[in-house]
Amino acid sequence: MTIHRKMWSDKLTAISLTVIAMVAFLGICAPWFAPHSPEQVHMELRYASPSWQYLLGNDHLGRCVLSRLIYGIRPSVLWVLAALLVSLSFGGILGILAGYFRGKTDQMIMRVCDIMLSFPGYVMSLAVVGILGPGIQNILIAFVIMKWAWFARVIRTSVMQFAEADYVRFAKAIGVGNAVIIWKHILPVALPDIAVISSSAFGTMILQISGLSFLGLGIQAPHAEWGMMLNEARGVMFSRPELMLAPGLAIVIVVSAVNFCSDALQAALDPKLQKNTRKPLRGQGLFPAKPKGEEVA
Amino acid sequence: MRIWDHTTGKVVVYNSSFQVSQGRCLAIVGESGSGKSVTCRAIMRLNTFKMRQSGNIRLNGVDLAELSEADMRRHRGRHLCLIMQNGMRAFDPSSPVGSHFRDTLWQHYGWSRSQITSRMAKAMGSVRLQDPVALMNKYPHQLSGGMLQRMMIALAIVLEPTLIIADEPTSALDTLSQYEVMEQLIALRAETGCAMIFVSHDLSLVQRIADDIVVMRDGEILEHGTTADIFSGTRHEYTRHLLEAKQRLNRNFSNRMGGLQHVDR
Amino acid sequence: MNGYIIKRTLLAAPLLIIISFLTFALNHLSPLNPAEVVLRAQGVPQITQALIAETEAALGMDRPFLIRYADWLASCLRLDFGDSYITGTPVWSLLGPALLNTLKLTMVSVIAILALSVGLGILCALKEGRLLDRSVRGVSFFLTSMPSAWLAAMMIWYFSVKLDWLPTSGMDSSAGYILPVTVLTVSYAGIYFRIIRSSMLSQLYEDYTLYARACGLPERKITLRMLKNSMQVAVSVFCMAVPVILGSTVVVESIFAWPGLGALTVNSILGRDFPVIQAYVLVLAASFVVFNTLSDLINAALNPRLRKEF
Repeated sequence: MTIHRKMWSDKLTAISLTVIAMVAFLGICAPWFAPHSPEQVHMELRYASPSWQYLLGNDHLGRCVLSRLIYGIRPSVLWVLAALLVSLSFGGILGILAGYFRGKTDQMIMRVCDIMLSFPGYVMSLAVVGILGPGIQNILIAFVIMKWAWFARVIRTSVMQFAEADYVRFAKAIGVGNAVIIWKHILPVALPDIAVISSSAFGTMILQISGLSFLGLGIQAPHAEWGMMLNEARGVMFSRPELMLAPGLAIVIVVSAVNFCSDALQAALDPKLQKNTRKPLRGQGLFPAKPKGEEVA
Repeated sequence: MRIWDHTTGKVVVYNSSFQVSQGRCLAIVGESGSGKSVTCRAIMRLNTFKMRQSGNIRLNGVDLAELSEADMRRHRGRHLCLIMQNGMRAFDPSSPVGSHFRDTLWQHYGWSRSQITSRMAKAMGSVRLQDPVALMNKYPHQLSGGMLQRMMIALAIVLEPTLIIADEPTSALDTLSQYEVMEQLIALRAETGCAMIFVSHDLSLVQRIADDIVVMRDGEILEHGTTADIFSGTRHEYTRHLLEAKQRLNRNFSNRMGGLQHVDR
Repeated sequence: MNGYIIKRTLLAAPLLIIISFLTFALNHLSPLNPAEVVLRAQGVPQITQALIAETEAALGMDRPFLIRYADWLASCLRLDFGDSYITGTPVWSLLGPALLNTLKLTMVSVIAILALSVGLGILCALKEGRLLDRSVRGVSFFLTSMPSAWLAAMMIWYFSVKLDWLPTSGMDSSAGYILPVTVLTVSYAGIYFRIIRSSMLSQLYEDYTLYARACGLPERKITLRMLKNSMQVAVSVFCMAVPVILGSTVVVESIFAWPGLGALTVNSILGRDFPVIQAYVLVLAASFVVFNTLSDLINAALNPRLRKEF
């Protein structure tokens, strides 16, 4: 558990982790924390400044901005996390199978991955939303479809290093079943790599979903979502720019916290970043020779 | 001389001092992590900026530690020549090896292209590299580690430095190339008459080439003496331990091999 | 090397075919009947079963799937992507000018991103751990965590509204480029900066750098050599930057009212204009494949090790 300790020992990382945990908790328990209903319209309170009753003021329909922000955690962060987990487990299973069994299984899975990865991720999310129609569930479906190949690929590389390790060979030689080896010997050591890629993908996905919602392709009114709130504030951007502040900052804070944790995780795992010796050891697994669109997009 | 890690405050090499005189060869021996390579780099002032060093490095009366960076650069290569451990990684992988020779020699002597080629070809011939001109146009990955190692020696021959620092020049090689490279190093000393610092953990190699030996452990010099003294009667526990380990291995090896009497090269 | 070029180019062909097939098939996953979409778009008041059948026949929907695909592919190669369901005009007449506008924005942005990230990446790698490196990294970290819509809005509010320096939208003058390009550069330069910096750093600790230094080569020459080696990573990454940015301008185009692909796509998605969406996906996916191939070829040209193998 040294990784654990290393991450907590760094103050900024500890703060980031706390922020993420708090945001998740707020989102799950939104009904208890939100002071008002996020969708209740008060026309008499349009564009009201912050007051004791409405801590962050009211939007163009007089709705409570703070409540909308808190409810917005659900689609903006929690649903994204769910999509990430689904995509990750799908990609992870295929990646482990490919990396562990090699041969034909590997080749087939990797061919499919290559094809999936040759589609530009963001464009394909747009395409899926275009075909299935706007809506948050369609964006999430698009994410699952588009991201798994990338996860499978990286996890395969990571698993391959360990599948060749002596203790795995030994376990095979004494006749331990494949499922047991994967579960007991491969998964635990591959987990750090998986954590690093999924955390970095998480930040990108939060940004993407807010972008798509901003375009009006995501969650539909009147539901609250951070990108959607930006979109609503955009209509009065010139007269009431302060309405953009709260949702924008919320996104920046959460995404920075996620990215920070991802970096700290990578640093905690990567001996090169701590000691500055020569060759990247684990880093190579994470960044294959040629970064494709998915990783940069 | 004292070297420490600026970021962690950890001292890597404690107050240590030694000297090499013209035409002699000093070997630094010790296990990995004992501070041998760091010491070598400190002499050339090539440690990363995290590593700080203090003390004097005198070369022919010039204190290298007090030179400006530009003067120091003029000394590197011209007066101090490094031979690296891993030939395969020592040359720029995306250029032919000849480009490195050209840059270096042009920098120090300002020779023309053809002059450089002919001098290098001659030196490479003397380290028994066939067809030197063709070799200079090859990329590092097309050559073997031993060949690249000998090319570094050839460059040293042309540069005629005052001091050659060979940082474990043979440990990345197979036995045969190791033998060839050692031959060339010995010939190089004979030819240029320069001083040499030879870093190794292989005592049999040290015995062959060195006049004096410094034994290092954990950043400290344990013992200092001529090769004969140290091999015949060391005063220090640790050195004895190193020597014995070596001998045990050899004995073991010769026992296994049956008839062979002495395998120590 | 020639063999490698041919081999790599041929590899791209099947990929393009698969991509075109998936793009074509994608439309058939839609829960909506295209004929219905067309009729709605044309404002037909009463959509009857007979009308739908008639429109389906007009669209050629009654023919077998594979034949339709082959037809579609053949016409796509002639840049004929069919007619828009909504405007009834050929898709290419909408897509072509939009693509050109987005391409202009993309090229300017990619150049800005390239200049900024290469410059800072090299500088920070050489000054690793010093104040400059740490502050640039901190700022870039913060900027990459920003939603581009928000960044764009803030910039419009400050530079166009408060200071009234720059136009808020449109591409009529070169000043119109400044804000969108800045937003794209700021959002993406951080990512590329990190790649360049880390690839330069890995060169810094290579033995050849130490040896070159030990031979007394001047820093300038050593940096040049490091640059040459780290560019192998960077060139392929930058090749891919063109299609990546091309596909990511949507939000920025929307907020700056840039008459490009992004605006076209969002409108087509909202209006369910399938032929336009299809053409958009096909063009961008194809550009992905083409640039990917290109970057592999450039990489091979730069990397002697690869050249030898093929």
